[in-house]
Amino acid sequence: MTEARVIPLHADDAGARRRWRLGGPQNGGPAPEPEPEPAVEAEPEPGAEWDELIEFAKRRLGGDYTVDDFGFDRELTDNVLLPALRPLYRSWFRVETIGMHNVPGEGGALVVANHSGTVPIDSLMTAVALHDDHPDHRHLRLLGADLMFRLPGIGTLARKGGATLACTPDAERLMSSGELVGVWPEGFKGIGKPFHDRYKLQRFGRGGFVSAALRTGVPIIPCAIVGAEEIYPKIGDIRPLARLFGAPYFPVTPLFPWFGPLGMIPLPSKWYIEFGTPIPTDTIGAAEADDPMTVFNLTDQVRETIQHTLYRLLSQRRNAFTG
Amino acid sequence: MTPSVVLVTGVSRFLGGHLAARLAANPAIDRVLGVDTVPPPRDLLRRMGRAEFVRADIRNPLISKVISNAGVDTVVHASVSANPGSSGGRTAMKEMNVIGTMQLLAACQKAPSVRRMVLKSTTAVYGSSPRDPALFDESMTPKDLPSGGYAKDAAEIEGYLRGFARRRPDVSVTVLRFTNFIGPRIDTVFTRYFALPVVPTVLGYDARVQLLHEEDALAVLERSASQDIPGVFNVAADGVMLLSQAIRRAGRVPLPVPSPAVGPVSRVFRGARIVDFSPEQMRLLNFGRVVDNRRLRQQFGFAPRWTTVQAFDDFVRGRGLRPVIGPERVETVERGVRALVGMLR
Repeated sequence: MTEARVIPLHADDAGARRRWRLGGPQNGGPAPEPEPEPAVEAEPEPGAEWDELIEFAKRRLGGDYTVDDFGFDRELTDNVLLPALRPLYRSWFRVETIGMHNVPGEGGALVVANHSGTVPIDSLMTAVALHDDHPDHRHLRLLGADLMFRLPGIGTLARKGGATLACTPDAERLMSSGELVGVWPEGFKGIGKPFHDRYKLQRFGRGGFVSAALRTGVPIIPCAIVGAEEIYPKIGDIRPLARLFGAPYFPVTPLFPWFGPLGMIPLPSKWYIEFGTPIPTDTIGAAEADDPMTVFNLTDQVRETIQHTLYRLLSQRRNAFTG
Repeated sequence: MTPSVVLVTGVSRFLGGHLAARLAANPAIDRVLGVDTVPPPRDLLRRMGRAEFVRADIRNPLISKVISNAGVDTVVHASVSANPGSSGGRTAMKEMNVIGTMQLLAACQKAPSVRRMVLKSTTAVYGSSPRDPALFDESMTPKDLPSGGYAKDAAEIEGYLRGFARRRPDVSVTVLRFTNFIGPRIDTVFTRYFALPVVPTVLGYDARVQLLHEEDALAVLERSASQDIPGVFNVAADGVMLLSQAIRRAGRVPLPVPSPAVGPVSRVFRGARIVDFSPEQMRLLNFGRVVDNRRLRQQFGFAPRWTTVQAFDDFVRGRGLRPVIGPERVETVERGVRALVGMLR
């Protein structure tokens, strides 16, 4: 893999450029940054890692761990779920993050991003990005559709990974308790859109996320994800099968369902995740959350920001797979 | 305002009986009347001390006479049952729950002496579905109205109580929505479930479980009977645990059953009178239900002493549940693994 090219994306923002230069080689270069876990493993005692593993297994099998009210299992997420996603993040999609300094190190915030890729891998990658590439290793609390929580296995894992249902009470509760919340307001319209509509933002729901942010006074961070559109190019939709499975769509990609399970392997596109300048909401006031005009305007502002960022990133991208 | 005459329904069961005993121990209360269709077990009756047991059926208009003759000023309706098995079938349970409550409320409406009404309800009124918010607060309504069973009974009973509160605005009405009880002494579907050596669960689902220690439940009931705190309150311990985690903590072995087989399996358990699983309890094991107890803490002024995990651990200790796979065997396995690691290195 070649060294990441340095593209001046924020010509007006010197701090961002410096970060981008720092971040680029670290992600693409041969020497990955040392993780806290390897630092522990590198202790002089050779049996330490095994002891740790046995202790971990004992703790898990004895039920000796805590989950929060939403079912978020921090220990499992840090030690099992995130490591399972990391190869996909580092080697398969070679995700590069831009503007990580826009995400606050502590306190509530709402990350709003574009949704794409037929299967919601983009939300998982954003969660890995915010944990691995953020200096404070933040956990992103995803807001997901109810369909996800109905599915056996997936719904349970999602809850353990910190996700919860996309509804106002949950979003407000998380944000007011200082969590970083991630929302994909396009929903199924965005993730299931045909390939020829790629990088065209769909309607942003009813702006529920904006009123929730207004009510809790947390900043909104627009986030643009480039690369996820190409992992499963959806060129068709078999409606009867979708109805049969109770799914919103049954995708046809160049590889699926023709190649069976092989077709489920995502194409190795090169990803960029850019976090934009936070939009403060505490200056607007919680009372405005009930004013539809303010909410619509703010929703449009967020949507436009993401759309423009997407266009800019796309214009700088030469190839979907090599970046 | 301390009540002078308290009537408690459902005294032959754990909560009603022990509540009557606690109230009887309070010298400020003149009389404590306990009502039920069957007499309480002897040890419970002994505990109840000076509380008087009245063998009456609340479905019978006779209850009206009991209330007016004794000049009851506080009614604690704690007899709403969740367990069709112990109530003699689902039809009898519904009859007892809904018709019984209607009769009781009719009697209370006629009795001018009644000043306070406390209902032991359940968080089951919120239902349990994948479209639920993570935490329910008192103002939320279920996404799907409970279609049957205990949850529907409780929802209907709360509806009748709201009607009663409208017609008798001078009566202070407290609705306590309890989550599942746990503890060393109480006997519920949940305690029997976790006492099974092999615990059936639904494959692919791991519900969040929120519990309440029996002592906390009694304390809340006692407080609501002796003070005027009108309103609707979720009564639940702080924190949650996952069903799988609870099973591990109790040292049980989980047996994941695929969803299509859950119906037949639960019928087998019901038929064998081991654990009485109703469909809504199965839904609870699928999706779980967690409620917000902030109003209980702030408005009701009660902080649960046990968290969910502490209450569960107390249950495991109090019942003397021994892990199915003993600690010696765990140690053997651990030694084996360590020896293997040593050899590999």
